[in-house]
Amino acid sequence: MIPARRLGLLLLVAAPGCAGPRNYLGATGGPIAGKLAGFGWVVLGVALAVVVAVTGLLVAAIARHRHEPEAGGEPRRRGRGLGWIHWGGMIIPTVILVLLFFQSLGLLEQLAAAPRARVTIRLTSHRWWWDATYLAQDGRTLIPTANVLHIPAGEPVRLELETADVIHSFWIPALAGKTDLVPGQHNATWIQADTPGTYGGQCGEYCGQQHANMMLTVIAEPRAEYERWLAAEAAPAVEPAGGAAAEGAAVFAGRACAGCHTIRGTMARGRVGPDLTHLARRPTLAAGLLANSPANLATWIAAPQAVKPGAQMPHVPLPADELQALLAYLQSLQ
Amino acid sequence: MAVTVAPTTDAPRGRLERIWATEPGLFGILGTVDHKTIGKRYLVTALFFMVIGGIEALVMRVQLAQGGERLLTPEQYNQLFTMHGVTMIFFYAQPVLSGFSNFLWPLLMGSRDMAFPRLNAFSYWVYLLAGLFLYMSLPLGQMPDRGWFAYAPLTERTFAPGLNMDFYALALVFLTISTTAGAANFIVSLMKLRAPGMSINRIPIMMWGTLTASAASLVALPALTVACTLLYLDRRFGTHFYDAGRGGHPILWQHLFWMFGHPWVYIIVLPAMGIISDLLPVFCRLPLVGYTYVALATVSTGIIGFGVWVHHIFAAGLPPVSMSYFSAASLVITIPSAIAVFAWLATIWLGRPEMKTPFLFAAGFIVLFVMGGVTGVATAFIPLDWQLTDTYFVVGHLHYVLIGINVFPVMAGAYFWFPKMTGRLLSERLGRWQFWVMFVGFNLGFFPMHIAGLLGMPRRIYTYPAGLGWDTVNLVTTIGAFCFAAGVLLLAVNVWRSYRSGEVAGDNPWDAPTLEWATRSPPASYNFPLIPWVESRHPLWDRQLEETAVTRLDEGLLLDQGRETVGTTPLDGLPEQVLRMPGDSLWPLALAASLFVGFTGFLAGAWWVAGRGSCSLPRAPSAGSGRRIAARRWPHDRPGMRTPARRGGPPLHRMVGPRHAARHRGRALPLPPLQLFLPRLHDPRRLPRRRRHALAPPGAPQHPAPAPQQRHLPGGPSAASRRGRRTASALASSPRCCSARCSSPSSSASGHRCPSRPAPMPTARSGTPSPASTRRTWRRDS
Repeated sequence: MIPARRLGLLLLVAAPGCAGPRNYLGATGGPIAGKLAGFGWVVLGVALAVVVAVTGLLVAAIARHRHEPEAGGEPRRRGRGLGWIHWGGMIIPTVILVLLFFQSLGLLEQLAAAPRARVTIRLTSHRWWWDATYLAQDGRTLIPTANVLHIPAGEPVRLELETADVIHSFWIPALAGKTDLVPGQHNATWIQADTPGTYGGQCGEYCGQQHANMMLTVIAEPRAEYERWLAAEAAPAVEPAGGAAAEGAAVFAGRACAGCHTIRGTMARGRVGPDLTHLARRPTLAAGLLANSPANLATWIAAPQAVKPGAQMPHVPLPADELQALLAYLQSLQ
Repeated sequence: MAVTVAPTTDAPRGRLERIWATEPGLFGILGTVDHKTIGKRYLVTALFFMVIGGIEALVMRVQLAQGGERLLTPEQYNQLFTMHGVTMIFFYAQPVLSGFSNFLWPLLMGSRDMAFPRLNAFSYWVYLLAGLFLYMSLPLGQMPDRGWFAYAPLTERTFAPGLNMDFYALALVFLTISTTAGAANFIVSLMKLRAPGMSINRIPIMMWGTLTASAASLVALPALTVACTLLYLDRRFGTHFYDAGRGGHPILWQHLFWMFGHPWVYIIVLPAMGIISDLLPVFCRLPLVGYTYVALATVSTGIIGFGVWVHHIFAAGLPPVSMSYFSAASLVITIPSAIAVFAWLATIWLGRPEMKTPFLFAAGFIVLFVMGGVTGVATAFIPLDWQLTDTYFVVGHLHYVLIGINVFPVMAGAYFWFPKMTGRLLSERLGRWQFWVMFVGFNLGFFPMHIAGLLGMPRRIYTYPAGLGWDTVNLVTTIGAFCFAAGVLLLAVNVWRSYRSGEVAGDNPWDAPTLEWATRSPPASYNFPLIPWVESRHPLWDRQLEETAVTRLDEGLLLDQGRETVGTTPLDGLPEQVLRMPGDSLWPLALAASLFVGFTGFLAGAWWVAGRGSCSLPRAPSAGSGRRIAARRWPHDRPGMRTPARRGGPPLHRMVGPRHAARHRGRALPLPPLQLFLPRLHDPRRLPRRRRHALAPPGAPQHPAPAPQQRHLPGGPSAASRRGRRTASALASSPRCCSARCSSPSSSASGHRCPSRPAPMPTARSGTPSPASTRRTWRRDS
């Protein structure tokens, strides 16, 4: 078991791995979140104005009696006051709501249907990680990866959303709002990042024990860089020439690892956990919980249940030398 | 036989006390059907659950005070947030209002008990035992952990082994029995047990709120029962209702749950809003502005509330067109709330507010209500909701709604009615402290949640990494939560001190207008020695407001020949029969306990126990309990046969008439629910004069007699009241008597009586018509 303090520290270290701020009304990265932020500010502005107005009226209504000699007294009728209800309760709110409603419908129409996209990613959610499959440009080859999406900047990307187990929700605040991934249902959404950069997000629908640690990162980069990344991702793993890495490959194949994970180009074809073919190139581990560093990788493999209690990754007891060999192998998976 | 009781106070009071008092001892404690005791039990139990839910919240707030905190394991956190939600929403928010309503309804209505006293006791025991059932999971370490909303398939056995979600499903089904029974009881009580003269347009707004909430409960709760039953079947019997892999669909749960869930929000706020509507006039010293608007707003909120549930699942991938409908409905429902807010504002503006503690809570409530309302509007816009949903923004919103609109009015109600319940006032000084601590603590705690949400913090996460800008807001939230909890603690201190040594209240410490303040503090077991005849919406203010007819409490039906109260017509509140009420009994508890055993059997999979326990419900009548609860409510006497004694005025058979009595012999009371929604709230005198004349039946006597037997014309009252015009014409005829055709120019206010009009019975003492009593039941009240 790892002491709690060290683990807390680990979680803090992990923060950079989870990418930038998730403030969806501030600096947004694309047109969808940008429009939503614009509308959001309008709504919040109106909301604030209403709160201020009503609170002001309430304070004024109380304060206007403060000079009267005595509050209370005998009950009396004083005017009918129905104008308050007609104007404040009916006319003004109706006008405000109708205007905002139609604005929101316009926005809905713009955002609901995805424009034609050159990149399509099939995103499958699992407890508690994201499985992504890129449809390559030839339309047939499928390129699997996990937890980190690379997308070309400045163009729409279509996401087909499916889930392997329970309901999750796709959400990259700075790029797009939430769309649920529902069993038995094929949902789709789209994102677009105009500014290259790293956008963090996490599962938006409560999905059990590790809902809090089901992060998804989107890295937007210029088209050329994206294509380079995709080409490299499509390639199978390079077989280690020898040394510790080769021993590690044997450990991976011989121990429980290969039963759950795929490393393309080897015999490991498990489909339960994420594809690890190019693990070393990913910035994070354990669905964004840890930064991908040798120390974190060692911790994660040695005690997954301490790092991410309830995760599907079991604790596989490994002798120290096998662990070291395995680490060397995994770090060679560029 | 008519008995006129001599005008001494003690003789009938002593006799009534002997009839109505709960026996001392264990039998009395377990078997009482006194609505006041049951109401107080509801309140104490609900507040107890609030404290438990609050402690759960505080533990969670410690865990979330900073990023990466390790106080709780994810499992513990998930159990806590689930139990916090279930406890607060199901076991605090609605029952606490049931508590107020149970205690108050017969008092507000001028009745002696609820319509089904044993059903009332039964619903309390079921509530208590359902709570115990749910919390049995605590010692077993298997508390529900899938959220109070429990989305399938996460709740299916595959993903949630263990008893956790069985507890959830069964406890909620168990609780719905209580809520359903309570709702039916409220509706029938309101429809049938109002004091004579208390027409539907004279009931306090709180009763409109509870009526709407009860009607909504009856419609909404089956969806929850079905949802939970299907879940239980999926879990225990391998059905696949929510299993997408085998033909089910998880979205089915979401629809069923929110079809129940959103109306439930209104169920737990409408009575509380009603409390405010009834409180403000007391402290502003004038009747509520726009009573009719607020009453209609209350009912329409309850109805529209059934058309908004999809706004909880805008992100689930539904077609945009169908979502737009629900978005629009969610915006429309703002209007009734805005009407209520501006009615309250106008009442304060036009009145002379006294800054007593209940008023402070009411004023604070208005601010919080508006804040919770506008953030709710923000989530009603579909595209914006895609960002806001499932973030802390929604957590902030729902706490503003539920604490702002439920807890603050409950606090106001506690300060307001504590003297009626105990005879002693709560301390004003501590009350002010409590208000400010709670108000500041609440805003400190829950406002930053909106910011956390806007910064992208999702709900239901047991931890979060530092560095996303969420740390400060969460720390402030935690501090505010503890501050708010301190406010609740102050209430406990205040209650404890004031209960023992508070200022003695007297019958009507606030000089409030409604009938409960005409009783003693605390009220006698029989509530009212004489059932009053109500003349307005504010019976105790009639004199100050210079009403033309004054509700008089020293005259009325005595009903001292057993546990009796008077049954009246649903809309006009005309007396039609004497109802014999059941007395204390152990059967309600026994029935609830056998259900508890039955549900425990379902939980444990001990089918014969489950069968025995739950079969007791339909079998109850043969055991006598059901019959007593459900069937013995109706009069054993024909109303015309047993004439209740009353002080002054003609005997009851002149009030109800033989025809009427005959029609009702041996049958249940007619309850035409649709009549509820007929536009009867306005006084017909507000119609244009031409229209008024049109309403009068052709050939109607110039001065239609007011005595009810003549108003229930051919076809009998039930048939007649199904034709809405009968009442309308009777209504229209009344003002016409004195304002349109009568030769006398003086109004009824001046004491004029039409010569052809016999003295109306209720307010006449010993047959002598009082001048003011020429007024009829239907009258303009504001």
